[in-house]
Amino acid sequence: MIAHIFEDRCDGCNNCVAICPTHVLDAGKDGAPVVARIDQCQTCYMCELYCTSDAIYVDPDQHHLHVVDPQAILESGHLGRLRHDYGWGREAGGDEGHLSDFWRLGPLLREGAEIAARRYAGRKA
Amino acid sequence: MSGHDVLALTTDVLIVGGGMAACWAATAAARAGARVVLVDKGFVGTSGVTATGGPNHWWVPPDPAKRAQAVEDRLARAFDLAERDWMARIIDETWRALPELAGYYPFDSDGRGGTFYSGVRGPEYMRALRRFAADLGVSILDHHPALELLVDHDGVVVGAAGHARLDDRLWAIQASSVVLATGGCAFRSGLIGSHGNTGDGLLMAAEAGAALSGMEFSVSYSLSPAWNSTRTLPYFAARFFDQEGRELDVPPPMSGEAAHLKALATAMIEGPVLADLSDAPALLKQLLRRIQPASMPPFERRGVDLFENRFPIRLFGEGTVRGTGGLQIVDEKCRTSVEGLYAAGDAATRELIAGATSGGGAQNAAWALTSGRIAGQAAARAASQRKSRATARGRPVGGAGLRPAADARPIDLSPVIPAVQASTIDFDGALWRSEAKLSSAKARLDLLWRDIADHAYATGIARIALREQAAMVAAARWVCASALARTESRGMHMRTDKPGLDPALGARLLTGGLDNVWTRLETDIVSQRIEAVA
Repeated sequence: MIAHIFEDRCDGCNNCVAICPTHVLDAGKDGAPVVARIDQCQTCYMCELYCTSDAIYVDPDQHHLHVVDPQAILESGHLGRLRHDYGWGREAGGDEGHLSDFWRLGPLLREGAEIAARRYAGRKA
Repeated sequence: MSGHDVLALTTDVLIVGGGMAACWAATAAARAGARVVLVDKGFVGTSGVTATGGPNHWWVPPDPAKRAQAVEDRLARAFDLAERDWMARIIDETWRALPELAGYYPFDSDGRGGTFYSGVRGPEYMRALRRFAADLGVSILDHHPALELLVDHDGVVVGAAGHARLDDRLWAIQASSVVLATGGCAFRSGLIGSHGNTGDGLLMAAEAGAALSGMEFSVSYSLSPAWNSTRTLPYFAARFFDQEGRELDVPPPMSGEAAHLKALATAMIEGPVLADLSDAPALLKQLLRRIQPASMPPFERRGVDLFENRFPIRLFGEGTVRGTGGLQIVDEKCRTSVEGLYAAGDAATRELIAGATSGGGAQNAAWALTSGRIAGQAAARAASQRKSRATARGRPVGGAGLRPAADARPIDLSPVIPAVQASTIDFDGALWRSEAKLSSAKARLDLLWRDIADHAYATGIARIALREQAAMVAAARWVCASALARTESRGMHMRTDKPGLDPALGARLLTGGLDNVWTRLETDIVSQRIEAVA
C-alpha cells in the first residue's frame, strides 16, 4: 500500500489522484495529495509509474500497512526505480529498447514449465 | 452529496468500463461514425487487470491450415461448449487489429527480425488504447462508476446512471446503445488489478433482465508472493517446500485436471508454502526486470532475492476474470439477451471460444479485443438506425443498495466477503465443490442478498462501495446456482460428488434473476424457440 508521499519532492500536479484506479488519494489543499482511502489501495504501483517527481513510495505488503522510515527509502534507491525500469516517459528520447526483450516472455514461461516437467518426471522415475 | 448537480449527457453509444475490451469497443464504435462516451470506475490506462499485466493475444498467421489447426486444438480442450466459428473470427480479428495500434504502442522486435505484436505490456498497452480512443473522438470520463442502467417502457436499455467520485456528483447518460465492458468479478481476492472488478456490470445487466452464462466456470488462481499479488512468469520452474523445509510433491504447471493447483492448495490448507525459484531459466534471471519490471519491487523492497531466497507464496483467486462466466451473448454481434445492451471482454461469457476452461492468457486477451470491437461496431450501427431512442427517457432500474425494497437501515456488511468467497475463492469450497458445500454457501448468500436488497442504503460516494458489495453477492449467487445445477465435473468446474462428465449436460448453462435466481441449459431455450416456431 502507499506508505509515504515525499512532500518536498511532490510538485503538486495531482496526476496520481487522477490516475489511481481505485480512488485512494484526494487532491491536497495546497501541495501534496492526501492518502484518503488506504483500504482501497491494491498495491499496483501505478501511482509510482505516473509520478514524474518520483515522490511516492508503495510498500509491497498489500495486506498490512507498514510505518516506513522516509530517510531509509530515500537512501534505498527504490524511489523512481520502477518508472525507470519501464522506461516510462522516456520513449520519445530515442529507442532505448525497453520492450526489445518482451517477446521472450512466452518462451521463458514455457521453458520454466518444461524444467518443472522434466524435474517432476525425474523424481517419479 | 451535491444532489442538485447532475451531469446529463446524450450520446449514440455509451461504453461502461475502462479496460482493454472497453477501449477496443470505444474505438470501433467511433470509427463506425458514432458519438461515443466511455465511463470508467477508475482511470482508463490503469484500471483493471490488463493494466497491471502483460497480455499475450491469440496469434495465428493467416494460413488456412494453421488457423484451422489452432481452432481444432482449442476445441478439443473446450469440453464441448465452444464454437468453431467464434474461434476463427477471434483469431482473424485479433490479427488485423493489433497492428492498428502501431502509432500508439511501441511494438518492438520479435527476436527474428520482425515485429512482435501478440504480447504487450499492460501499462503501455492501456496508455496506447486510451490515446487511440481519444484521438478518435471518444469522450472518456474517468472515475465515473456506473451504478445502474436506464431502461425505456419497452424494456430497451437506453443509458446508464452513476456517481462521479472525484466531483461527488450524479451523472446520467442517455444512449442509443450501451456496451458493458466492466470486467469479470474477482470477489476481492486481492488479485493484482482486480479491486474494482466486483461484478457491477453483471448486476446492472441482470436488473435489466439479462441472462448470464457459464458462471460455474469461475475457479482459477494465480501464484504470487504471499504479500503482494504479481504476475506469474517467474514461478513456472518453481520448487515448493513446507515450513520445515520438506519439498512438496507438486505436479508441474499445465498438468491437466488442475493437479498443480490442487497440490498447492492442499499444502496451503495445511500451512505456509515456500517457493524456491533457483531452477528458473538462466535467461529469465537476467531479463525479468526488463520484461516485467513490476515483478521486482515486491522482493527488492523486502530485501528478498527472488531467485536465491525461499519465500512464502499464496494463490490469489481470479473468479470470472480468468474464469469464463459472464453475460450471455445471443448473437454474432455480442448482443446480450436485452435489447440495446451489448457485452464484451470478461463481462461477457468467454465460453464461445474457451468452453469450460479458462482459455489461458492468449485466448482471453483476443476475446476481450475482438468482442470489444464487435460490440462497439454493432452498437454504433444500431444507434444510427434508431437515433430516436436516445431521446426516450429511461427509467433507472437499479435495486439492491440503491432502492431498498423495505425500510432503509444500516446493515452489517462484514459477512459479505467471506460469504462470496466461499464457493469462488476458498480452496475447499471452490476446488472441491459438492452439493453440501454449495448449498451451505448459497444459504448464506441468500440471507445476505435479502438483507441488502431490503435495507441497504448509502449516500454520496459510499453508494459506489455498497453497490460493489451487492454486485459481488449477486455474482456469487449465480455461481452457486450454476455450480449446483451442473451436476457433473467439466473443465474448471470440479465437484467431488459428481466427478465425471455427464453427456446430457454438454451445453452452456444460463442463470439470472435477483430475488429468485434461476438456471437453465441453453439447449432448453433453443428447443423452446424451435417449438414456438413450429
